[in-house]
Amino acid sequence: MFWKRFLGVFTARNLEFWRDKESLSWNLIFPLVLVAAFAFLFDSDDRTIVTVGVVQEAQTQDQNTNGAILVPELASLGFVEQVPYENREQALRRLQQHQLDLVIAPQEQRYWLNESSPGSALAAELLSARSDAYAQEVLTGQALRYVDWVLPGILAMNLMFSCLYGVGYVIVRYRKNSVLKRLQATPLSAFEFLLAQVVSRVWLVLATLIVVYLICNAIFSFVMEGSYLLLILLAFMGSLCMAALGLLIAARTRSEELSRGLLDFIAWPMLLLSGVWFSLDGSPEWVQQFAQIFPLTHLLDAARAVMFDGAGFTEILPQIVILIGMTLVFLLVGARLFRWVGDGR
Amino acid sequence: MKKTEATPILSTRGLTKTYDGVNVVDKLDLDIREGICFGLLGPNGAGKTTTIEMLEGILPPNAGEILYRGKPADKHFFQHVGIQFQHTALPDFLKVNDVLNLFSRFYDSPMNRDELIAWCNLEDILDRDHRKLSGGQKQRLLLALALMNDPDLLFLDEPTTGLDPQARRNFWELVRSVRSRGKTVLLTTHYMDEAEQLCDEIAVLDKGKVLTQGAPRTLLNQYFNGALIRLPVTNFSGAAMPAEFKDAEQQGDFMQLQATQVDATLSKLIASGVSLNGLQVESATLDDLFLKLTGHELRGE
Repeated sequence: MFWKRFLGVFTARNLEFWRDKESLSWNLIFPLVLVAAFAFLFDSDDRTIVTVGVVQEAQTQDQNTNGAILVPELASLGFVEQVPYENREQALRRLQQHQLDLVIAPQEQRYWLNESSPGSALAAELLSARSDAYAQEVLTGQALRYVDWVLPGILAMNLMFSCLYGVGYVIVRYRKNSVLKRLQATPLSAFEFLLAQVVSRVWLVLATLIVVYLICNAIFSFVMEGSYLLLILLAFMGSLCMAALGLLIAARTRSEELSRGLLDFIAWPMLLLSGVWFSLDGSPEWVQQFAQIFPLTHLLDAARAVMFDGAGFTEILPQIVILIGMTLVFLLVGARLFRWVGDGR
Repeated sequence: MKKTEATPILSTRGLTKTYDGVNVVDKLDLDIREGICFGLLGPNGAGKTTTIEMLEGILPPNAGEILYRGKPADKHFFQHVGIQFQHTALPDFLKVNDVLNLFSRFYDSPMNRDELIAWCNLEDILDRDHRKLSGGQKQRLLLALALMNDPDLLFLDEPTTGLDPQARRNFWELVRSVRSRGKTVLLTTHYMDEAEQLCDEIAVLDKGKVLTQGAPRTLLNQYFNGALIRLPVTNFSGAAMPAEFKDAEQQGDFMQLQATQVDATLSKLIASGVSLNGLQVESATLDDLFLKLTGHELRGE
């Protein structure tokens, strides 16, 4: 009986989504347009400084690495930025993706350049003109374009809006126009109803994301170092978490105005501070700490780790655990607070 | 209630609902016998909807108890009752067919689909978006949803408000057919003709209290004798009003007399020289009853 009632609501909700052609096309076209816009607007990457990754062994790492002179030979050059890396593999991957122009390991007296990056050749010239103590190693690798980097951000943003508003706002609207009251007057339980709302939205979001990704990938062929399955798992966990957050916000209110305000209040800080548009690596420590409260931050960290660093399941396990934890909290509190008819009657 | 009678399908004791310190429903005691059509009658704001929503289990009362077949309602209550709200909506973008599918899945043993569709005359609108239905069609769909589980008890909250006369009459036919299948119907209305047409028993509500309760005919006989005779006021201008008609009330341009024996009354009027031009003889209606009980009209406020 549980599944029969659940399936009833699930099917009805899917039909609504499919027949609402305006929203459906918006869900598909909006991310496509954004990705395309970013691809064309930010394609030319004209950084004016040379960025060098410096691999540091753990024991020699200075307690204050910020602004420390890592490679003295390059220190006098103001336009060279030195970024310390503990992990050589990570630094080399950044070099392959053209995020770094050169990687230097001072202890090993070695440096790496990326043959397919013009900036890398220039940086190598700079270093060899100042010192001949380093042995050269050569890598190749396609540049990680901004569009590659921003793609998970745009997809996650789409996921976030679709889940928050598609669950939260819809429930409040249904409460206000008494659809919920009609459903309450049947044997359908609140749990069956809410579960069907969440599952329906999650699967629709996953389907939309996959379609958008496939279309964009056919045009831009994105960098993908890891497993697609892991990426889908992440999208699943992320949308579950966002839909649960939508439920929590919609638990009681009958006011569409209030719920819109609450949803915006949650969505916009996430949009700005979770690393959708730009990396948080360079932002102040407190911003990075603060961003940890957002599920979107963890989703994006894990998604980018899979896509750009080829991270496996164990490497993104912490983020998955955090997402599951947040989902459970939102669901439990939301289900406890939920009222069919709601406040303000 | 006498002990010998069967347990009422629904009863309340001291049922009370308070909004902002005012008792909208005030210590209501009702007993609704199985198999009848019971009407809650009253003007807007009398507490009809609040009462019926507490009975439906949608609105929690502030005090008092509600018994379904002698026991407090449990979680299976919604398997046995059908509910049609006064104001309600259905999920967007669904066709009549989809809505029927959705609701049929909520119940352990839903009615036969084709039978339900035929019963509520939905054959021609199955593929129509429910938002594009006419008022009468929408009420028939909502009634079909309320009948989906072949309920023992059907709640109808102002089911014909806003319908045109034709649609109202069609809806009444449907309610009669529900009643003839042995189901109990509980309806609220502010139309006295609707209550007279459909109800076996009514309770007249005003300000959250029951003013009177019983079968419409019995109540009318109890409060009114014979018929109401109405004559234009101008007919009395040349003649002296006979002493026995002192309790005649003037209503607008008419004088209204209550007559136990119509022919005797008319003879007396003729004898007194009152012209019978423009004469109207009417039976008392629930509207008259309500006016008599409260001093204000049922419909207008």
